[in-house]
Amino acid sequence: MKKYKTYLKYFIYSVIFVSVIIISYRSAKPRYKPEHYTDIFKDFSWLNDWPKWLDFPLMQPLNSGFDWLIVKYGLFFEGINNFLLGLYTTMKNSIVDLPWPLVIAIVITITYFASGRKTQTTVLVAFCTFFLGFLSPRYWDKCIMTTCIVVIGMLLCIVIGIPVGIAMARNKKVRNALLPILDLMQTIPSFCYLIPGILLFGLGAVPAIIAIFVYAVPPLIRLTDLGIRLVDKEVIEASEAFGASKKQTLWGVQIPLALPNIMQGINQCTMMSLAMVVIASMIGTRGIGDEVLLGLQQLNVGMATEAGIAIVLLAIIFDRITQSYGEKMQERTQPKKKVNF
Amino acid sequence: MSKIEIKNVYKIFGEHPSKVLPMVQEGATKEEILEKTGHTVGLDNVSLNIEEGETFVCMGLSGSGKSTLIRHINRLIDPTSGDILVEGTNVMDLDKKNLIKFRRHKMSMVFQRFGLFPHKTVIENVGYGLEVQGKKLEEKNKIAMEKIEAVGLNGFEHQYPNQLSGGMQQRVGLARALATNTDIMLMDEAFSALDPLIRTEMQKQLITLQTELKKTIVFITHDLDESLRLGDHIGILNHGKLVQVGTPIDIIMKPADDYVAAFVKDVNRAKVIKAKIIMLTPEDFKKNGEKQSNIIKVNENDFLDEFLPQVCLTPATVEVVDNDGNIKGYITEKELSKALTKTNTNGAYKS
Repeated sequence: MKKYKTYLKYFIYSVIFVSVIIISYRSAKPRYKPEHYTDIFKDFSWLNDWPKWLDFPLMQPLNSGFDWLIVKYGLFFEGINNFLLGLYTTMKNSIVDLPWPLVIAIVITITYFASGRKTQTTVLVAFCTFFLGFLSPRYWDKCIMTTCIVVIGMLLCIVIGIPVGIAMARNKKVRNALLPILDLMQTIPSFCYLIPGILLFGLGAVPAIIAIFVYAVPPLIRLTDLGIRLVDKEVIEASEAFGASKKQTLWGVQIPLALPNIMQGINQCTMMSLAMVVIASMIGTRGIGDEVLLGLQQLNVGMATEAGIAIVLLAIIFDRITQSYGEKMQERTQPKKKVNF
Repeated sequence: MSKIEIKNVYKIFGEHPSKVLPMVQEGATKEEILEKTGHTVGLDNVSLNIEEGETFVCMGLSGSGKSTLIRHINRLIDPTSGDILVEGTNVMDLDKKNLIKFRRHKMSMVFQRFGLFPHKTVIENVGYGLEVQGKKLEEKNKIAMEKIEAVGLNGFEHQYPNQLSGGMQQRVGLARALATNTDIMLMDEAFSALDPLIRTEMQKQLITLQTELKKTIVFITHDLDESLRLGDHIGILNHGKLVQVGTPIDIIMKPADDYVAAFVKDVNRAKVIKAKIIMLTPEDFKKNGEKQSNIIKVNENDFLDEFLPQVCLTPATVEVVDNDGNIKGYITEKELSKALTKTNTNGAYKS
């Protein structure tokens, strides 16, 4: 019975394979094809070089599909565009308008409370923030733009990534369906989705945010999924044995215990977003990335390095804040062993 | 009607349990099933009755299906076939909502590796069962505090579980199970992860608590001494089959097969037999016309080795009393020697 099913599966696969080849043959241009298809079996010269008729037509349907998408759902994408752009502009303008010492003060306050009043981390972050402007006054506003893009991208990742991760951990089917998609998102070159991003959202911040989302959300989803699945089985059983509903177990036990992993995911997410920002500068996103691009175009080593250092500083700031916040969470959920007897 | 009735329960682990079930029912062994179908037989036609207020110990080596069995009672695991009746209600018929209600109010559970919530303090852990019931914070904390006191953990209520030693953690587990005040307590190898000294202490504590609370306890263990100490009745599982059910004295004196016999061969009987198990009732004692000379008073829950040295030094009759000092029965040298003499595995015990 089982063997029979496997054979059937193989049969279906081969049918699909053959039909794909037939499609490619039929859609090839006539000048690439032999005069009659029976010639293929008479003249075997096509076995030397890859024949031009053996070419699966993917580009054309993708292009027309994309055009259809723009025509049909243009308004929908316009809406997303307006929303994200509005958010970005308000956020950016309000921070740029603030005097720079105040911005540093805000960063210090956020770090201080997020890290659970750790002086060392706070001082480090304060210095890094100061050095952003200190490296070159031009960088200050550009760093703010980059930060706004990264923050919005991250928010998008968190809002979508964490629920998806939870769904994956709880349902094996969802996980099996999503894992290849995550693999695809992580391996496909970023330019492949930057181009449709430009076509859908125009140049600027919004395609960068979308690109950040595509690039940075997989690790968050994976770590959320892993974190929830790593929660001790006996603890879950204990929760169920006392009559907790699924929802109570999720919110009361699984999420709090998975929090260190989720925080790690958010941290990874931030780092990857920053990496994306430089690439996004190539599609005209303004920010610290275009300084690197400028240095590259002018073969100006000093300029590129200076901007590179600024990005590293920005990364340190993001990393320290999220990392120390994660540690604080971890202490709350998994307190260190104290010897008291 | 028994408190818990388990009727012909089969559990098969694998992809298509229901297809393999007929094979198991026809009597194929665990090894055959595994080789032919790749399925594992967890439980093989287990039927049990557990009475109200007793401690039922389910014993077996690892892989014998004892943890699987206990999880059937509150349906953490669903059986492949068979019925489980608790107070006459078939657990298998409960829908999601009623199952949650049932778990909240009918039974609580203690786990081998404690199963405490590491992100909650002791008092929050103990109150968890009440929390999911939606009890108010004050009420919850009040009950939780009572139970923490009952297991002797006062002063530790705001610690986190991993700040406590293993024995203390299991006390938290015990308090958590007591807090919901359910009639039935399931204890899955509750003391197996503790070191021997603490284990004995915990066993004593459980016996003391049990004399007050009179709960129905289903206790799982792989330790024969423990099962003999705690159990009013003992069920022995081997490869998912129930090979013997009986009182501790039955198990020791009349092992049902070689497996059980091998188990009880080396047991130190004085350490595991309670006074109340071998005592004669006052009426029987009088009938026999024994003289009551040189009397030693012992508690009914004392183990033989606790008063044996005294009896050896000065020949005496042992008077067994309960906690309030009422006379429950007598033990003479005859009963002692009978209980302590090793019989061959055929079981030549005659009472």
